Amino acid sequence: MTGRDGLQIGLYLVALLALAWPLGTYMARVYEGKDTFLSRALGPVERLFFRAMGVRADDDTTWKDYAFAAIAFNALGFFFVYALQRLQGVLPLNPQHLPGVAPELAFNTASSFTTNTNWQSYGGETTLGYLVQALALTVQNFVSAATGMAVLVALIRGFVRKESSTIGCFWVDLVRGTVHVLVPLSFVFAIVLVACGVVQTWSPYAASSLLEGTTDAEGRIGESLVALGPAASQVAIKNLGTNGGGFFNANSAHPFENPTALSNFLVMLSILVLPAALCHTFGAMVGDKRQGWALLATMLALFLPLLAVCLWQEGAPNPSLAGLGLDHASNMEGKEVRFGIASSALYATVTTAASNGSVNAMHDSFSPLGGLVPMWLMQLGEIVFGGVGSGLYGMLMFAIIAVFVAGLMVGRTPEYLGKKIEAYEMKMASLTVLVPAATVLVGTAIAVSCSAGRAGVANPGPHGFSEILYAFSSAGNNNGSAFGGLGAGSVFYTTALGIAMWLARFWIMVPVLALAGGLAKKKMIPASAGTLPTHRPLFVAMLTFVVVVVGALTFIPALALGPVVEHLMQHG
Amino acid sequence: MPSILRPCLVSFVLLSGLTGVLYPAAVTGVAQAAFPSKANGSLILQDGKLAGSSLLGQPFADSKYFWGRPSATGPFPYNAGSSSASNLGPSNPALVDAVKGRIAALRAADPGNDAPVPVDLVTTSASGLDPHVSPAAARYQIGRVAKARRLDEAKVRALVDSKVEGPELGLFGEPRVNVLALNRALDELR
Repeated sequence: MTGRDGLQIGLYLVALLALAWPLGTYMARVYEGKDTFLSRALGPVERLFFRAMGVRADDDTTWKDYAFAAIAFNALGFFFVYALQRLQGVLPLNPQHLPGVAPELAFNTASSFTTNTNWQSYGGETTLGYLVQALALTVQNFVSAATGMAVLVALIRGFVRKESSTIGCFWVDLVRGTVHVLVPLSFVFAIVLVACGVVQTWSPYAASSLLEGTTDAEGRIGESLVALGPAASQVAIKNLGTNGGGFFNANSAHPFENPTALSNFLVMLSILVLPAALCHTFGAMVGDKRQGWALLATMLALFLPLLAVCLWQEGAPNPSLAGLGLDHASNMEGKEVRFGIASSALYATVTTAASNGSVNAMHDSFSPLGGLVPMWLMQLGEIVFGGVGSGLYGMLMFAIIAVFVAGLMVGRTPEYLGKKIEAYEMKMASLTVLVPAATVLVGTAIAVSCSAGRAGVANPGPHGFSEILYAFSSAGNNNGSAFGGLGAGSVFYTTALGIAMWLARFWIMVPVLALAGGLAKKKMIPASAGTLPTHRPLFVAMLTFVVVVVGALTFIPALALGPVVEHLMQHG
Repeated sequence: MPSILRPCLVSFVLLSGLTGVLYPAAVTGVAQAAFPSKANGSLILQDGKLAGSSLLGQPFADSKYFWGRPSATGPFPYNAGSSSASNLGPSNPALVDAVKGRIAALRAADPGNDAPVPVDLVTTSASGLDPHVSPAAARYQIGRVAKARRLDEAKVRALVDSKVEGPELGLFGEPRVNVLALNRALDELR
């Protein structure tokens, strides 16, 4: 790593924290229904939506109604995305005349985009026409992110309200998040991306001559078709909404999706800015900004050491290529020259800390431990920043577990933000930790035990196991990045991973809402001398420790069979 | 149940209209008005015909051209209609064999050049369309290209040096050379 790399990373962190603060404050105002500087322009749009939908801005529902609305809305989205893909062949705006998508792939992609996972079994430019990209994928990029933020806000209300049976209205939160936050941010960012060189056009692919030409099995090739499309509008929200499904097959490694190192820097910022900002939104809404800072500090405490490992491992030469006559030989397989090592390792860490999952380098070709970092970040439960909304509600579940553990140590009833944490809360919080972990481990176990699962492996030895473990870690935590060699297009993987994504999304979301409903009903207990302060460094350390211990105990045995063995074999 | 049907359907239709129709259309409108060349793929026009994009690499295998990075796209390298990567793991023997083969090809095309081979010149890129190589990878090929074109090495070296781009804003990314731009300039060199 050079001094310039260090400077870039430092600048990244400063810019992230500087942007997150005002944005988080803005979002708190949006969700509390207060006026903002955009109210004059966007207020009428919001009111038009509400009137047409038959809801009122002050509607308030129980957690069950809230959860039911969220599930119904996402189910509708799923069927729409599925249908649009299947019917693609007869629908307009498909200049390449791509055929309808096969049922298993359409199921997988529809699950993937409605659960904010955006796992990419589809091939981008070779599978999906412009209509599906815009009206199915781009829409879900927005609304799945808005759903995550809405559920987070409902949970925050659970902490804030006293003896209340309601936690807000899903429809109001959904519309506010989309109209006031995601659409304006994405619009501005999409234009910036085009200025960097990201394509945005409805024209068909362009045939372009090649200077020298090449050959394939059929003979000489003097011309290549250049894939185009409305990419910038999708790439903007793909990153801001921690979605990550690429417009093109190569995702953010494609020069039309991520043309320069500057666009790369801005994309990395856009991936973490909303999850970081939501920490401040949380602090503002619970009326104690320090609580938000404490969670943000915990996320950074987990993020920075893992980033260092990834940078160090990718910058080192690949020992398998030693002695072949290469120069310094950092691990450039599957990376782009304009990004090099530092921007690729930073991107990999950022995209898996958040549940984004877009890639600017191929994680399958990372060094064993360099690839372990993104894998473990996902396995921690996508809570180190995590998905927009979902990352922070996941981290809040760990905060509840941390105060519970602390309470056990001193023999006091644990409380968090003035709410007593009792058996019901612990059951719900435990579910949100156990369900994804079980999905990942059981899914991997099934895949390696059956021939359909093993058939998908592209690389021999322990790396093949890593491919499977990575796939279930990604789907089971709604990340969406992949060790791309895995033949994930098979019926087995499209189906198994599609199911894993649903489990991970809704078996966390529903317990979180149930917990929110339970918390809202409780009395507020005033802080006393015996209350554990949850904004101090001690609590940050405690929370970090709980996350690491749970993540390590659950996954080290599996990681040992994949990346750790491969590392030892390479260096043995 | 009826109370959920209306907001569910109406919000879905309206949000789809806003984010799936209006938003991409508005971005396209502004993009095409403000940055038409970039929005359409930074395409290069030569004599009224498309001659590639300044953002995409092209396949080169002739000694008289600088070679770019190996590409894993199918059915032919640098297929701009089907981006993809090798996804070979770091310890996969197939990766080692592929790299060995590429080193052998470079050495065969340039006998006598025993310099260490820059790693980016023998490893595939993430997109299969990487337009760049490192300055070291371009310089490694100067001797071969100059010989094949019967040009003075110093002249070719000067051209390569003029095509080296530094990190963006002096800070982001890596120094690099756009291979297609270099080869096009090479064809114009006399």
